[in-house]
Amino acid sequence: MNRLRLATAWLDGCSGCHMSLLDIDEKLVELSEKIELVYSPLVDFKVIPENIDVALIEGAVSSEADREEIFILRARSAILVSFGDCAVTANVPGMRNKFSLEDTLSRSYVENATLGKCIPLDNVPKLLEYAKPVHEYVKVDYFLPGCPPPAGVILSTLTDLLNGRLPAIEGKTRFGA
Amino acid sequence: MRYPAFLQRVADLADVQPARVLTFSINGQMVSAREDETILTVARENGIAIPTLCHLDGLSERGACRICIVEITGSPKLSPACVTLARQDMEVITNSERVMDYRRKILELLFAERNHVCSVCVSNGHCDLQALTIELGMTHVHYEYLHSKHVVDASHDRFSVDHNRCVLCQRCVRVCDEIEGAHTWDVMSRGYLSTVITDLNQPWGESSTCTGCGKCVQVCPTGALSEKGKSISEMTKKRQFLPYLKMMRGEEKT
Ligand code: SF4
Ligand code: SF4
Ligand code: SF4
Repeated sequence: MNRLRLATAWLDGCSGCHMSLLDIDEKLVELSEKIELVYSPLVDFKVIPENIDVALIEGAVSSEADREEIFILRARSAILVSFGDCAVTANVPGMRNKFSLEDTLSRSYVENATLGKCIPLDNVPKLLEYAKPVHEYVKVDYFLPGCPPPAGVILSTLTDLLNGRLPAIEGKTRFGA
Repeated sequence: MRYPAFLQRVADLADVQPARVLTFSINGQMVSAREDETILTVARENGIAIPTLCHLDGLSERGACRICIVEITGSPKLSPACVTLARQDMEVITNSERVMDYRRKILELLFAERNHVCSVCVSNGHCDLQALTIELGMTHVHYEYLHSKHVVDASHDRFSVDHNRCVLCQRCVRVCDEIEGAHTWDVMSRGYLSTVITDLNQPWGESSTCTGCGKCVQVCPTGALSEKGKSISEMTKKRQFLPYLKMMRGEEKT
């Protein structure tokens, strides 16, 4: 049997959504027989592969690197899921949006710093003016709100997709859950 | 209207005549109503649910949020059920695809307009706005967020107002005016720039009219108004007091 080629990505988020994925606990064993994790912060693949069946995207699109990653993931995935409030609404990373980028950076790296006060520019991806939800850049097939989405809902969504059913998410999780 | 003296008595008597009873249909179901009743009241009396946000039992109607819009056959526009009076033979539809679609859009616009970050809100889990997202099946916001710049006023000893979470329902304005009688709150500016203010836009903590009763905090549907120092589980709002207060004062309609 072909296993489902699953990718998960970690953009501007706290990794809580990935923790909730791991919270599926013992069901993970069963799940791992049916899926192949082809790209994820949980495994060590550096390059986004082709032919991804399902991609779970955690986090808002906040930097140029996030934007690039999301475009590639979209192009290579059959189904793309906004995974958690940061991906769906920009959530906590989006709280910087009402301040200018300059103010945000200077608050973090100059005003509140004690050592080496300077805004890092080398070897870090450039921040975008706004942290935005994933669907403001690419088409999203399913939205899985929650901060983080409950483990049970992640499992039922993956199980539905594995069985070729449309995931029934509505009402099972909500913003801020 | 003022009549000549000899007719005034007749006119006065006419004013106290009981309201006319009329019949009309909601979702095909025949209902009867007094002519001074709104579609929302009649629907609820007949067990037909219409979602609302700015409406609160015990306060006057404002028609501010438009979540309760319904279709009336023959009218091209949608009408807010809370401020539209029943009419003889009207045909009301509360749950058509079109109505549901517009309700969701209105809800999404509320989210796009301010900065509602549910995960870090004191009302997370007991917020009327958040509950509506589930009720109306809203999964995300189709519009671009405005990233509007709003402030938090924590100058009051016991309460704070976070304008990022305000939906301009004006429940606070109405409860403070109609129940507490202080009229501390008002609305300033227009359109998406509208903001609730205390007194003449002074910090709440410096308000000379606020009695500190906390009624506005209790009726606020979101986390915009909250009590300081209360955790999420403690900051559940108590709205049941309103109908009782009105009843005690003999203001409740019979
Ligand atoms: S949605 Fe919540 S748990 Fe998930 S990444 Fe964002 S902040 Fe973390
Ligand atoms: S605490 Fe009471 S008096 Fe003060 S603004 Fe709120 S409702 Fe009005
Ligand atoms: S502060 Fe609360 S009660 Fe007042 S208008 Fe805003 S959301 Fe409504």
